[in-house]
Amino acid sequence: MPLASTTTLALYLLLLLPILSSATLEEEFHEELLVKPLPDRKVLAHFHFLTEAPVADDSFARHHHLFPKSISQLVKKFHIKAMELSFTQGRWNYERWGGLDPISSQNAKPPGVELWAVFDVPQHQVDASWKNLTHSLSGLFCASINFLESSSSYSAPKWASQSALGSLRYGTLPREAVCTENLTPWLKLLPCRDKAGLSALMDRPSVYRSFYHSQRLHLTASTAPADGLDSGIILEQTLTVVLQPNIQKAGLSFPDEFKIQPSWSLSSIFGRKVNGRCVLAKSSNVYLHVERDLVAQLEKLQKNTDAYADNDGGTDVLRGNLGFEISIKPDRVHRELEKSSSILYEYSIKEYNDTEQFDLGLTWKYPVVWSCPLAPLYASRFLIGSGNERGSIAISLKSTELTKGFVVANNVEEKYGKPQSVTDFVERMSVSPSEDKVSTGMMELILRFPCDIKSAILNIEFDKGFLHIDEYPPDANQGFDIPSAIISFPDFHAGLQFSDDSISKSPVMSKLQEKSPVLLYTEVLLVPLTTPDFSMPYNVITITCTVFALYFGSLLNVLQRRVAEEERLLKANKAPFHRQVLNKLYSRFRGGSSESTQPKQQSSSFITPTLIIKIIFVAGFAVVCQFYLK
Amino acid sequence: MAESETVTATKPSVRRFVKLGIFLISHSNYVSFIGLVSGIVALLLLPILAKNTYVSENALMPGSANNMLSTQHVSRATEFVNDLTDSVSESHEIIAQYMSALDAEVTYHKFHPQLNQFNPLHFFTSPDSGIVSKNISCSSLGINIAGIIRAPRGDGKESIVLVTPYNPRKVGPGEALSLGIAYSVFSLLSRVTWLAKDVIWLVADSQYGEYSAVDAWLREYHAPAFREADIDNSETCNAINEVGQNPSSDRKLYSGFRRAGTMAAALVIKVAEQGNRHEDILNIYPEASNGQMPNLDLINIVNYLGAHKRGLRVKVNKMFSLFGSRWLNTLGGILESLGQIARSLNPQWKFGISATEYVEGAATLASSLYLQGLGVPTGPHGAFRDYQVDAITLEISPKVSPYKMISHSRNEFILRGGRLIEGVIRSINNLLEKFHQSFFLYLLTSSSKFVSVGVYMIPFALLVAPLPIVAGSLYSEASKSSSSSEVVVKYKSWKWLNSARKVLAIHLWGAVVSLLPYFLYQIPNSTPTTNFTVWGILSASSLLILYFVLGSPIFESATSQPEKGEWASLKSVTIATTFIGLSLMSVINFATAEIGALLIVPICLMAQPLKLDIRSRSLRTLLRATCNLALGLVVFPPVAYFLIKGAFEDTYGIKVDEYWNWVESLWTWNSATYLYVGIVHLPCWALCIHILFHPC
Repeated sequence: MPLASTTTLALYLLLLLPILSSATLEEEFHEELLVKPLPDRKVLAHFHFLTEAPVADDSFARHHHLFPKSISQLVKKFHIKAMELSFTQGRWNYERWGGLDPISSQNAKPPGVELWAVFDVPQHQVDASWKNLTHSLSGLFCASINFLESSSSYSAPKWASQSALGSLRYGTLPREAVCTENLTPWLKLLPCRDKAGLSALMDRPSVYRSFYHSQRLHLTASTAPADGLDSGIILEQTLTVVLQPNIQKAGLSFPDEFKIQPSWSLSSIFGRKVNGRCVLAKSSNVYLHVERDLVAQLEKLQKNTDAYADNDGGTDVLRGNLGFEISIKPDRVHRELEKSSSILYEYSIKEYNDTEQFDLGLTWKYPVVWSCPLAPLYASRFLIGSGNERGSIAISLKSTELTKGFVVANNVEEKYGKPQSVTDFVERMSVSPSEDKVSTGMMELILRFPCDIKSAILNIEFDKGFLHIDEYPPDANQGFDIPSAIISFPDFHAGLQFSDDSISKSPVMSKLQEKSPVLLYTEVLLVPLTTPDFSMPYNVITITCTVFALYFGSLLNVLQRRVAEEERLLKANKAPFHRQVLNKLYSRFRGGSSESTQPKQQSSSFITPTLIIKIIFVAGFAVVCQFYLK
Repeated sequence: MAESETVTATKPSVRRFVKLGIFLISHSNYVSFIGLVSGIVALLLLPILAKNTYVSENALMPGSANNMLSTQHVSRATEFVNDLTDSVSESHEIIAQYMSALDAEVTYHKFHPQLNQFNPLHFFTSPDSGIVSKNISCSSLGINIAGIIRAPRGDGKESIVLVTPYNPRKVGPGEALSLGIAYSVFSLLSRVTWLAKDVIWLVADSQYGEYSAVDAWLREYHAPAFREADIDNSETCNAINEVGQNPSSDRKLYSGFRRAGTMAAALVIKVAEQGNRHEDILNIYPEASNGQMPNLDLINIVNYLGAHKRGLRVKVNKMFSLFGSRWLNTLGGILESLGQIARSLNPQWKFGISATEYVEGAATLASSLYLQGLGVPTGPHGAFRDYQVDAITLEISPKVSPYKMISHSRNEFILRGGRLIEGVIRSINNLLEKFHQSFFLYLLTSSSKFVSVGVYMIPFALLVAPLPIVAGSLYSEASKSSSSSEVVVKYKSWKWLNSARKVLAIHLWGAVVSLLPYFLYQIPNSTPTTNFTVWGILSASSLLILYFVLGSPIFESATSQPEKGEWASLKSVTIATTFIGLSLMSVINFATAEIGALLIVPICLMAQPLKLDIRSRSLRTLLRATCNLALGLVVFPPVAYFLIKGAFEDTYGIKVDEYWNWVESLWTWNSATYLYVGIVHLPCWALCIHILFHPC
């Protein structure tokens, strides 16, 4: 239920809006980059660009300074309240890269394209708006988003958010391949494109060599005159990349007891440095996020070494000495409020330029092992059964570490099946079974599990049906994709609490502090269905033609025969003139004797000498032809 | 003349078919002879008609990329092999450690060795979730280790499976080498960027049999049973061994069963324990249960990469006993000379192949037919076929025995095998759709030649075609003879039903006989020999009882005297049922039907009461009587089994319990051949014998 999260998020932003927009009535642009080391020797880079424009009622016609016009036109034309479009390649590894922090729960997306939108139009116009929107977006982003147009590829979740009931549409394209041609139009929406500022870091080969990258476009439009406040559009563009520093060239990393975290710098990850900020940006910051568990582990190590050496008492938290060394002194350090807290180093890149480039680097001093905070449940979805008759989709939920009661709202989408059974602990459930060519099947469940739950399995059985021939895609033998199920935990909030003094207007900071429910996506599934042999139509055509020919031939034969006349002819022994002549000639040719020797009655045997002679003649002719004409 | 011409001209074309039918029926003797002979000849011609294989799916592109497997990977793999062979115990922990060092997700899958039990109602059913036998201690658990590499940029919808069976109790050098090959490939794949499908490496615990381990893992993968008992059981047994992760890293990883999408293909890698002293040989085992074969493209890419890129000699199973047979060699010589004559007539006719090639093709074809007909999978890959996954077993037999391999040659061997596997995986990785382009129904005549379904159906059709014709002719004869007296005309249809009733009863007896082992299995402490004798006695006595019941006046008609034409109508119904049975079987398992037709069709066509033959003491009838007797002996299932076994498996010596074991293996593998033998072959044989000794 990304919808749940994003609509609450939308609400949150609405509250936030007064502060932002009352302060400045002008268009604003923020660029930020958050870098975070991950436990499995990878680095997460999260680019965050925020453009906002105040929208007066008459302002649609006027020129925007920073805000992309295409987006504002989109918002105006389709009356979009909120929208999110994401292009993702690779899978987010919930176990190693975490599932409970704000970055993962907001930016981990299913592979392919995901789009949802809330419209501010009457109920009966929502579908039409959605269809038009998909077409516009597919033109804007060079992707086949228009495939979401057909009603069997999108759905209207009910409980994702109460506020957007009925006006929300959701669709995914798991098979969409994501490439630079999608990134370029996305970058075009930025005021500095990728020519200056943080976006200049986006070296295409390194971005597309990454283990996971997801580009996201989140749009919130608030035209709420009821508040008496100014309305505005907030365009939030993020690019989340998981990269591996210094990739070995197909070499082996030796499995040591302790895997040493590789030291990295921005230039070693991206191959580029930051040459300075985008001058149009109001703020351009780089953050380095050190996770809670990592801080704890480092402090533990620190304590050990202190107890061991006991000479370096001053634990300078600000810089270095915490197990790693940062090449540049941070402008600010934010610590979380709790005891074991994560640390956020802030760098402003305002004063950097071509001569003095910004290149943040991190060097590890000790090998350290930590883990990311995991989502409350480990979820995996898989197919059960074999054969072409029926199967079932199972979602297994296993508890990870948290021992608190919670609610799981579960939104299962599945396309080619009919659900048949559900387990206990269901609070609410809504099922809209799939209809051929009309709608997808969708199942929404709100589950409440007891605290001591170990594992739960949802099993949805379905019958595999035969599709109509024009419903098969060109590569029918690949199977059919079932988009990810979305699991959200409304009682769990992925948010970090930083101390009050760090309240800045930085959008990334506010995102990190936002209390949004934890979301996770399951795997995309591939259901092999029976596919007909597509050369069969040809066979069918030939067979039908043969049958028709036989049928009509014999029918015509029967119809044109006049039995009485035939009998009369036989009796009169009077063949037509030309036939008589032919027969005479024939008998002359065979020799005069044949007329008398040939028995009158129809020989019981099928094979007559003439037939044999004919066959031999034809066969001989064929052999001669074959032999000499080649 | 003129009249006849006009009459034939005005005849509608439809009647010509009828006429043709009548003609065939009236000459049924010739037709059956021609059909039989041409069927056998066509079968013998199959090696000549075989076509060269070709990679049909364009996406596969085998061998188009350079191999990336380097000596570095191989040296790591040898290290792994050394660690594995040196360690006395806990080999699965070593494997898991090495796997997780490659960033693979490692899971243990514990399974109970499943006792194979004959269950008559489980034929043709989808694989069930299995019967968990009670009171199994944790020590008897088998432990499969599965490592999964996630494709870095893939969507995880599909996966490729590598299987290496090994026995943790005693890791032989061959097994260790196969693990080394798999490890070298796995370590490469964990670093490559081109991977689009996840790769699963399953190290199957083969101490209770390779097949059952793989099957248990697949069952858990595709049809897991969610039961509380299972959870409890696994909890209690969990204490024994936790996943061998480094205690320091990845502590919180989920330790349950992991999956990786729909399987695209599976490769089982084995290394033979014996060297063959000549060259490295790659044996391909494709046959799965009930004669199902993987898509030909899978064999094609392995053959292409093995033979052309890696210089291995690729082989499929052959019947070595056929190499020495003189008649086959002479036949090959004749065909070769025929081909030469044809080529001299027209150089474009290229159907001739050399005699040695012919013999080799025939031996491979025979073994392909036999193994498919048996319906028993030839390796652990058979378990995959039950889930519609294309899989083959690759057995690499090295030049030097793995026991004597020095480190250099071992490295060379691992590099060679690893590159082959890498190439195959890369090809499958390219695949966009599942295997569907190439053939599923084929017989192999060598690793690069095949006979497709359109060709191999011909001999079978020729063999079977005379059956309905002979049945028709017998039926018409019987009805003709009985219609001589006006009174009996009424009974004409009834008479036919009478013989049909008999045939049905015998077929029911066949079904009962094939169900008997289920009850015999309940007898404790029984040896195969006693089982077999009990089975034989029971079935014979039930046949006798049936015979007396059927012969009793209650069931017999008022005209209890057996009539002259009675045997004819009985034979016609028998032949008709045989025809139906063979046709049905050809749909389920073609090879069984082919072999069965070769055995049963001659006696079905020739069977005639011995009394009649002996009464008319001509040479021809006596010859026929002896032929019939000989055939009647040969076709009796146990005798036929020993004959086929003697012909194909060059082991002589007849043991009764061997037959029982064979039958047992058939039903434990759910082979349809068992049903065929019990329900079609045996009753037909009994009926033929009944006709032979018919008192007329």
